[in-house]
Amino acid sequence: MSTRSVGAPVQRREDPRLVRGDGRYLDDLGHDALAAAFVRSPHAHARIVDIDVTGAIDVDGVVAVWTWEDLQATGTAADPLPMLLPHPSIEHPVTTYALARERVHHVGQAIVMVVARDRYVAEDAAQRVRVHYDVLPAVVGVEAARAAEHLVHEEAPGNVGAYFEQHLGDAPGRIAAAPHVLELDLDIERSACMPMEGKGILARWDAEEHRLKVHASTQTSTGLRAALAAKLGLSLSAVEVVAPDVGGGFGVKINHPWPEDVAVAAAAMRLRATVKWVEDRREHFISSAHERQQLQHVRVGFDDDGRILGLEVQLWHDHGAYLPYGVIVPLNTATHIPGPYRMRNFSVTFTSLYTNTVIVTPYRGAGRPQAAYLMERTMDAVARTLGKDRAQVRAVNFVQPEEMPWDLGMVLQDGRMGVYDSGDFPASLDKLKALVGWDDFEAYRAQARAEGRQVGIGMACYVEGTGAGPYEGGHIEIETGGRVNVSTGLTTQGQGHQTVFAQIVADELGVKVEDVHVTTGDTRRMAYSVGTWGSRGAVMSGNALLLTARKVKERALQIAADALEANPDDLEIVDGIVQVKGAPTTQIPLPMVAVLANPLRYAFDETARAATQFGGKVDESKPPVADAEHPGLEDSEFFSPVRTTFANGMHAAVVETDPDTAEITVLRYCVVHDCGPMLNPMIVEGQVHGGVAQGIGGALYERLAYDGDGQLLNASFMDFLMPFATEVPHIETDHLETPSPLNPLGIKGAGEAGTIPTSAAIAAAVEDAEGIPITRMPISPTDLWRLRREHAADHHPEEK
Amino acid sequence: MKPAPFVYHAPADVQETLELLAELGPEAKVLAGGQSLVPVLNMRLASPAHLVDINRVAGLDEVTVEPGGVRVGALVRHAHLLSHSAARTAQPLLRQALRWVAHPVIRNRGTTVGSIVHADPAGEMPAVLALTDGHVLLRSVHGDREVPASSFFVGPMECCATADELAVEAVFGRFPPGTRTGFSEIARRHGDYALAGVALALRLGDDGSVTSARASFVSLTEVPDVLDLTDAVAGATAADLPGLAGRVEEVVGGHVDPVDDIHASADYRRHLAVVQTHRLLDRLTAGEDADGTVRLPDAPTDQEVTA
Ligand SMILES: Cc1cc2nc3c(=O)[nH]c(=O)nc-3n(C[C@H](O)[C@H](O)[C@H](O)COP(=O)(O)OP(=O)(O)OC[C@H]3O[C@@H](n4cnc5c(N)ncnc54)[C@H](O)[C@@H]3O)c2cc1C
Repeated sequence: MSTRSVGAPVQRREDPRLVRGDGRYLDDLGHDALAAAFVRSPHAHARIVDIDVTGAIDVDGVVAVWTWEDLQATGTAADPLPMLLPHPSIEHPVTTYALARERVHHVGQAIVMVVARDRYVAEDAAQRVRVHYDVLPAVVGVEAARAAEHLVHEEAPGNVGAYFEQHLGDAPGRIAAAPHVLELDLDIERSACMPMEGKGILARWDAEEHRLKVHASTQTSTGLRAALAAKLGLSLSAVEVVAPDVGGGFGVKINHPWPEDVAVAAAAMRLRATVKWVEDRREHFISSAHERQQLQHVRVGFDDDGRILGLEVQLWHDHGAYLPYGVIVPLNTATHIPGPYRMRNFSVTFTSLYTNTVIVTPYRGAGRPQAAYLMERTMDAVARTLGKDRAQVRAVNFVQPEEMPWDLGMVLQDGRMGVYDSGDFPASLDKLKALVGWDDFEAYRAQARAEGRQVGIGMACYVEGTGAGPYEGGHIEIETGGRVNVSTGLTTQGQGHQTVFAQIVADELGVKVEDVHVTTGDTRRMAYSVGTWGSRGAVMSGNALLLTARKVKERALQIAADALEANPDDLEIVDGIVQVKGAPTTQIPLPMVAVLANPLRYAFDETARAATQFGGKVDESKPPVADAEHPGLEDSEFFSPVRTTFANGMHAAVVETDPDTAEITVLRYCVVHDCGPMLNPMIVEGQVHGGVAQGIGGALYERLAYDGDGQLLNASFMDFLMPFATEVPHIETDHLETPSPLNPLGIKGAGEAGTIPTSAAIAAAVEDAEGIPITRMPISPTDLWRLRREHAADHHPEEK
Repeated sequence: MKPAPFVYHAPADVQETLELLAELGPEAKVLAGGQSLVPVLNMRLASPAHLVDINRVAGLDEVTVEPGGVRVGALVRHAHLLSHSAARTAQPLLRQALRWVAHPVIRNRGTTVGSIVHADPAGEMPAVLALTDGHVLLRSVHGDREVPASSFFVGPMECCATADELAVEAVFGRFPPGTRTGFSEIARRHGDYALAGVALALRLGDDGSVTSARASFVSLTEVPDVLDLTDAVAGATAADLPGLAGRVEEVVGGHVDPVDDIHASADYRRHLAVVQTHRLLDRLTAGEDADGTVRLPDAPTDQEVTA
């Protein structure tokens, strides 16, 4: 028997190449390409009075200088960019143009594109473009947007882009009748994906083939392909998009077309050239996308045990200057608030607001961290009010395992009903308490206090809709040399797909993992795909490839059975050899099966000789390729689940806060995670670790510091503080593996898990250490120090 | 993030460098480790027409320990000075402070003299130069100037060197035997520029009471002025310090002049100045390890409290 690789911590096959520096990222391609640079708005809100490009045109090496007018010659490139995800809640959808037309709505918006011999020349020329602005008042932050003293877009009164409400049961009635009622105002700030490699596109117009050939640093090559074909007026078959190695995505590379995609591809077409744009870090800060900012108001009614009787929530979500990606983020927040708890009387509204800042699109977690933050801050407040153990208050509210499937009663962002398919929340909580030593913490606190140290502990639970449809596909081809080529359409940004997909296929086909070669994100290989987001890669493409492998295996066994004159049911494939179960000497290697699957006319080589029509015994009664068959040992299959599967997890943090300096140190961080059976535990843990690191960034370090004029004050890695390895504690993990009934592998997504409850867990731990309510995240030492002083002044006003 | 065009010069010796600087004038910038200058060029915050790269200039990469001080050549990298045992014995503050300068990869290229000429109020080495009563040797085709730290730093990111001058070396002073030194810093992340940092030099009398105490600050003053704390703590022993807390707070709080920025409020930085000064005073009078680098458990223990 072959040993199964699924479930084993198989080492990442992509790493030797990547860590040796042999990766091929976008900027490694197209060295001879023309380079594009953009003139971007220095103002958050302005009318463009005049653009003077004469100084730029004169620069030696400049090939083209384009403003919005120049886009009009190409397809619909001059029209507003599409609103990708319409939703009934969207009242005033506004999207931008590829190059600004008449107005700019955030600092960093592209106005003029310069195409030149290289990026240096392009930037020199861009600097010489003169734009005259009539500066208008900027709307920055939720408060200002809500106040609507100024409007971001005339067509969006009150700065409202979308309004949504959903009511389950009778929350106001239950709250009115509840023994205890609490109200909370919560605030969570912006952060951003910050992949190591920014966005980028390399577009080549092949004049002979009349095709646009694109490489892009993207999370969806099929999405970009469709977007470009539509904007440039090309048939889909005239556009191909390939994602080379992509240096991280985390959400920001899903929303296409970006303005630069359209402008650069249009330039490649019009100039009949190869044009490249590689986003630099400053551009990434001021012109791609951010996430997270919300103000939240909570009203909760509960009984003496902490059982929540009714919950009313209002959210105000800052979506930035435009709304190209719809309301996915606030919708995810709204639908993930109930978390692992029974919430039968729940009302939620959100108002999604325009501001003169960079747009908001999903960032790892995509609205769910805000939901976990809201619910878990609420649970802690309930426990504090009752003087009860925070774990216990959570436990009394849990959906029980025997209640699965649990109907959430809400439609999710994918347009389908939310139903929790699996999970055992009490068991997960027990594991977490054991892992972190929850019940022994008071002894530790006392010991620390005796040493003059101040420590605190917090926990946070969440569920996460993962692996949403509509579909992904797989294609598998077994070559006559034994190489197994696997392709799936979604893209890879470091998740380890080359390893995990190979494991699934190798196990199912009975071949070695080393013989399986996985290609992702290449529209030439797989034209139908949705993309990589929402913790869906393994669930969607993993299952699609499992189904594909089954189909290919079935065919291989049939061909082998004919050759061996055996019954296919009696055959198995072990290490690439088809053999009779129990009589392994009766065998035929898989490469030979591949040869037999492709009856050829010409004998190019030895294997082909064996396959030619004239090579062997001919059965005159049958055609060379049987009915309903196709030549070659290859096939494709798609997987489309009925609905989203729900992963879940629970985190606990132990922090120390310095009594003098207010420095916050995370001493321990524990994670219990349930994504069903783990295909590769090492990769799951890697995903959790990376997610927690980003979560810690969002909790303690990162924010996007806009001033009142809409200038981003920390648009560099000098001032936008992502945690270093020195700031991320050792992460302790444990797993529960409750299988999902929704897919053949029984798996749930794991990609975003680490990020979702981190701010909530750390807020809880800081609150526990300090005895001061924490309602605004992230929190830095200067914030904590100010809170301490405000708190002291409130409690001992005479000392102020 | 590509620099504007510039002409690149790579002189081989000091004389050639000085001639180039004299000829090119304010249009030229010296390129040393590039760790501050290159980001500035890439962001086009400056676009000098000429860069004079001194990395091939011979004779500038030496550390020399002399009775009068530690001479550090213009091409001595932070990492080199940090690991120089004779330099650290002669002036313990060098190592105590240098380990807070950025990260190893940056210390491998960045020069100590470059960071002094750069005159960033958030830089550690200007504060050390000031506290040690050091000086900088400036050289041009017109001759040499030896400028003491007290007049070298003119304002934030501004020193008194003129465009035609090359800083040939910085000389850190040595303290009299028995001086105890310590350096403390708080940054947002490990290796970041300080939110607030304090360098302290303390002398005790035979009875263990303070006879002199001087401090300089990082990210807290526009230029690294030295604060003489002697009046506030003279005669105090370790046991007396808690009683002097108010006085220290008054003196330090009055001396430093931090500003609000996105990372910390001015009030908080001032508070950190006071807390860290207290901590250093406590440790140095008690004779404890005054390193203040608790976050580096793997670093060798230093014998830096010289009694
Ligand atoms: C991520 C990062 C973090 C950092 N963190 C810190 C930190 O915590 N603390 C800190 O102090 N520094 C920090 N630095 C800066 C670092 O220490 C620099 O190396 C130093 O400030 C400048 O030295 P340099 O040799 O790189 O100078 P360069 O960048 O080459 O030059 C800086 C300036 O000094 C001038 N100059 C340099 N040498 C001479 C000379 N001999 N004569 C005349 N003019 C000269 C140049 O013309 C230029 O104007 C950091 C840098 C980075 C990139």
